[in-house]
Amino acid sequence: MSSFVGTLKVEAKGDREIVMTREFNAGKDLVFDCFTKPELIKRWLYGPDGWSLDICTVDLKVGGKYRYVWKYLKDGSTMGAGGTYKEISGPDKLVQTEAFDEAWYPGEALLTTTFVETSGKTFITINVLYETKEGRDTVIKSPMEGGASQSYNRLETLLNTLAKTAEGK
Amino acid sequence: MNHALSQSARLDATFAALSDPTRRAILSRLANGEVSVMDLAKPFSMSQPAISKHLKVLEKAGLITGIKDAQKRLRKLEAKPLEEATEWLENYRKFWEGRFNQLDSLIEELKLSKRPSPKRKNKKGE
Repeated sequence: MSSFVGTLKVEAKGDREIVMTREFNAGKDLVFDCFTKPELIKRWLYGPDGWSLDICTVDLKVGGKYRYVWKYLKDGSTMGAGGTYKEISGPDKLVQTEAFDEAWYPGEALLTTTFVETSGKTFITINVLYETKEGRDTVIKSPMEGGASQSYNRLETLLNTLAKTAEGK
Repeated sequence: MNHALSQSARLDATFAALSDPTRRAILSRLANGEVSVMDLAKPFSMSQPAISKHLKVLEKAGLITGIKDAQKRLRKLEAKPLEEATEWLENYRKFWEGRFNQLDSLIEELKLSKRPSPKRKNKKGE
């Protein structure tokens, strides 16, 4: 486990919100880019294991749309989601709607992401506001695939790192 | 008690019960042990009926239970529903943690590629 990995905190807030907070080891410009540039988004938002983010388009302006299409490698099935940017104050704040093609929660969600930089590190807060309480709870309760497989994935990464270190690279 | 539906309903009740700051304060007070309704009401500038209303919500959600002590009307914290709610959130957290760990790796890579001098630095926690 690298020492720079921040701890992700997730909290249910009120009736309709989920709040995630985490720190990243980079300035806010870079982190903001990772959230808004398709070539970078594709390189981290593809998970969990066994999924890839095949299509990723971003029209980064107020009223502009973004779209992601994930593919499940095992059977080729796809999952699409997208929305509209409501506010862009790069690199400090991003507000966007989110809706899935096959709506698994009612209505759409409003995502507000803030980026706060302190001494070279960036603290992000993602506030997800659902239209309904049912929507929020559906999301929390969904048996998100990949909890376990991701742990294995991390273990694998760690083992690879250790192997490389052992080789004296 | 293995009905998914009842579990789901229970979870709804748990989150609803936890959505109020007074109720969260009551729970943290009870975390230290059983407390009477009168003592519970003390730190809050609230009438006993108002506190009783909050207690009813918490009881309905199964987060607290009353203890048969007619004299003192004690209340006691129940841990299980809280554990359940935490478990669901933990599942969600793990899902995102995986993605954010990928982002960590990407950030490190981007920082290296931005570095002007091609110095080979191996920062693999030795």
